[in-house]
Amino acid sequence: MIPSPQTELPVTGHPLADTVARFAWLLPVLPLLGFLINGFLSLRAAAHPGPADPTAASHHGHGEHAHGDADHGHGAQHDDHGDHGDHHPARHPAAALVSLIGPAVLLLSFGLAVAIFFAMKAAHIEEAYVLTLFQWMPTGKLSVDVALQLDQLSMVMTLIITGIGSLIHIFSVGYMQDDPGYPRYFAYLNLFIFFMLMLVLGSSYPLMFVGWEGVGLCSYLLIGFWYSEKANADAGKKAFIVNRIGDFGFLVAMFLMFANFGTLTYAGVEGAAAQLQVGALVATAIALFLFLGAAGKSAQIPLYVWLPDAMAGPTPVSALIHAATMVTAGVYLIARSATLFAMAPTAQLTVALVGALTAVFAATIGLKQWDIKKVLAYSTVSQLGYMFVGVGVGAYTAGVFHLMTHAFFKALLFLGSGSVIYAMHRAYHVTHNHEDAQDMRNMGGLRAHMPVTFYLMWIATLAIAGIPVFSGFFSKDEILTSVFARAHGSTLADASLLGIPGSTLLYIIYALGLAAALMTAIYMTRMMLYTFHGPNRTGEAERAHLKEAPWIMTGPLVVLGVLSLVGGWFNLPLITGGAIGPVEVLHHWLEPVVGRGALIVTHGEAAHLSHATEYLLIGTAVAIAVAGIAFAFARLKPDALVPAKDAPAEQGFAKVLYDKWYVDEAYAKAVVKPTLGISRIVLWKGVDVGIIDGLFVNGSALVARGFGWMGSQLQSGRVGTYAWVLVLGAVMVLSAFSFL
Amino acid sequence: MLAESLALSAALFTIGVIGVLTRRNAIIMFMCVELMLNAVNLSFVALSTLYGAAGQVFVVFVMSVAAAEAAVGLAIIIAIFRHRQSVNLEDINLLKG
Amino acid sequence: MGNEFFPLFYGFHFYLFGLLALASAILFVTRKSPVAAALWLVNVMFCLAAIYIMLDAQFIGAIQVLVYAGAIMVVFLFVVMLLNLGQPSDVSDIRGNAGRLAAGAVGIAMLAEVMVLARSKFPAQLTLPIPPGEIAAQGPGGVIGPLAAPLFREYLLAFELTSILLLTAIVGAVVIGRKRS
Repeated sequence: MIPSPQTELPVTGHPLADTVARFAWLLPVLPLLGFLINGFLSLRAAAHPGPADPTAASHHGHGEHAHGDADHGHGAQHDDHGDHGDHHPARHPAAALVSLIGPAVLLLSFGLAVAIFFAMKAAHIEEAYVLTLFQWMPTGKLSVDVALQLDQLSMVMTLIITGIGSLIHIFSVGYMQDDPGYPRYFAYLNLFIFFMLMLVLGSSYPLMFVGWEGVGLCSYLLIGFWYSEKANADAGKKAFIVNRIGDFGFLVAMFLMFANFGTLTYAGVEGAAAQLQVGALVATAIALFLFLGAAGKSAQIPLYVWLPDAMAGPTPVSALIHAATMVTAGVYLIARSATLFAMAPTAQLTVALVGALTAVFAATIGLKQWDIKKVLAYSTVSQLGYMFVGVGVGAYTAGVFHLMTHAFFKALLFLGSGSVIYAMHRAYHVTHNHEDAQDMRNMGGLRAHMPVTFYLMWIATLAIAGIPVFSGFFSKDEILTSVFARAHGSTLADASLLGIPGSTLLYIIYALGLAAALMTAIYMTRMMLYTFHGPNRTGEAERAHLKEAPWIMTGPLVVLGVLSLVGGWFNLPLITGGAIGPVEVLHHWLEPVVGRGALIVTHGEAAHLSHATEYLLIGTAVAIAVAGIAFAFARLKPDALVPAKDAPAEQGFAKVLYDKWYVDEAYAKAVVKPTLGISRIVLWKGVDVGIIDGLFVNGSALVARGFGWMGSQLQSGRVGTYAWVLVLGAVMVLSAFSFL
Repeated sequence: MLAESLALSAALFTIGVIGVLTRRNAIIMFMCVELMLNAVNLSFVALSTLYGAAGQVFVVFVMSVAAAEAAVGLAIIIAIFRHRQSVNLEDINLLKG
Repeated sequence: MGNEFFPLFYGFHFYLFGLLALASAILFVTRKSPVAAALWLVNVMFCLAAIYIMLDAQFIGAIQVLVYAGAIMVVFLFVVMLLNLGQPSDVSDIRGNAGRLAAGAVGIAMLAEVMVLARSKFPAQLTLPIPPGEIAAQGPGGVIGPLAAPLFREYLLAFELTSILLLTAIVGAVVIGRKRS
């Protein structure tokens, strides 16, 4: 029995209806416009190709380096050394126009978002403003409209997306300046922003799903941006396919929602969920399937394997998509479904546990990676785990807060590493060296050559490690404190998962979080040590050419650095009591959206810890962070490193960590091989060749031939036979008469 | 007499059918067809005693058509014989599809 | 008809000629030699002519002998002679035993069905609507009158068409049978 859908919120009479918010549709449309223009420009130029743009109509075939290390992000040039003898970078003819349009649409969107934000702040709205654009699926019981929902949560996400997106677009202008596929890059990037905005601004789950799938597509396009190298194309495919598994979960969740609630809008589902009992099976089922979707998109166990491979794409792409925005879609999804999740404590415990395990697991792998982008990739997976812990225990504000601060410092880290890689690439290009520009063993001592990047990346490292005052400290600490607080007196503590009581699980999750924090501090400091400290291992000839990136790239880094420093002020904890700034700004801001769900988890009142406990927790977290950094400084000796080509192979447990716990290999054996086998033997040979070709196509031809043969047998040309048939026919007619 | 005539007619017709089915010589097969026509004529005449002279009129027509048919048919057989040197029906199978 | 006046005479002769016709037909179908077969067929026709006359179709009996036996069968024999098929040879070989048995079975089946149908569909008692003597007493034409009058009155069109048919047959036979040079 499908209950009648909840009544929609009346749009007329909403406080935002007459403000700039009614232009909210421009927010996604501007990047879409950018995509169209840049896309058109990229098509036009494909007729006049540069030497090595993979879309070149006349592909020269030798334009790409054949790199051994497959997940190499190309810094700048692709033209082969020495083949033509010309070293001029192939700047795209339409590059100037694209450099203007690409970032401009983003900045305009950001400006509009800021304006809408201030309007929202002034209006003190309690309910979301739903701006309906047009009807999409009016099919009987289900009616889905294309409508944008402007509320506190979606505005936070929009500001992050457009703000950090703009910075990354500006960075890309410098980073990708010599790439022949320049307009294509910006076209894809703009398209991505469009879909991401649709994801966060949609007013119903199907609309979010449109954005969900769209960002998956753009991720695939951008990961495989230099697709003429098979490894890059494979990485794009892997990302898309693994994502798809999660999408299946999302779809099933939507089916369940419609079957049980009769509606798919956020308002409708929230209203229906609020009427359920805590622990309802429906809520648990839907929540678990939604989490499956989130695990695919946000790279949690077991669907995280695509994110490290995704580092094959350009570094700004990694910064934008795989750090700041796309991978946070899962967290946004759960925050959006706050009430629903609050009704399913078992599912919440699952989410939090998986998040914590992912955080620890990825951190262990990050300890032993040598590629600088891989370290950051695993760090992202680990921090995403933290976010899921946050939203899993019902501390939705904490999760979103960490999402925000993570966007700041992770984007900074990625862009900083992009600057480093850019410099290394430039240096190697001058000396015609084919070494890996991303391997930390080839770096070292870069603080002397790239001081601005050095200081900014240390800010980001301190933030991610959780050193006080930096933004990461506040957000990470809030998550851990929330976990601890909910171990008593919450629906989670009352529930149990697989026989283990919730409170025990929450303590375990807390411990896992601390362990991950320790490892985070260690591997991030390790990264800084090997990259910037110690002696330089790049080589005598290259050293002269290592220098800071141009200001168009370092500028956005500075902005992100400032944000990483002061971002914590967005949500100061209560315990500071207003001494250093307004407390819980973000918490109050998000309350109309996630407040209901959060309160259900904590039995109707805000989670409470004694001051002593809270100081103890804060102290523990800080101690762990400091201990990690100190340990790294003490034990890891950059002087002992040798360049990558001379480095010895890993051994023992270090090898296991370096080889990522052999998860990819396990998947290949357990999933990929059987699937391919079944595809080849059953589906291809069996069904396609055997049944469809053999039975239906050839078989029907055989049947027709058979009938034809039978017909031709009748035409024997022998008069005697004809006479026989005639007589027999007459006899039959007579017998028919005699029986009538 | 009428009933016996009809019985005789049926018997002659059957013999004609058996002849058509068994003989391989084209001319003899043709003659069996003539036998069948004669049987039918007998039937007509027998029934004309019951239903008036129309039966006998029809017999006249049947005979004239049989004559025409015999002439043309034999001409065809002669033409085929000139071609194939045989009137064996098994050899005449150009209509084979 | 005269069987009321001389039942034994007519009956005996009817059966005589009937049996003769039947026997001749069977012999005709089983002869190897085409000439022999043709002659037996002629005999069948003679017997049938006798039966026609007994059935009060004198004109038909006459033209049966004149046209059928005298002209058509002569043509058949003519062709047989022309093609030199007179000898009993393997050309006129009858099919194998299986074929003969099957043909016989089919024939008997057909005969049986015809009998059954005739018995069920016909009135049991066959009465004569026209008394026998009155057929001849219709008009001045004598015995032929009742046959000729409908032929040239109701069936005139068919009569004329038949004559055209005969013309066509003559022309066709000449054309087909001509020797091509």
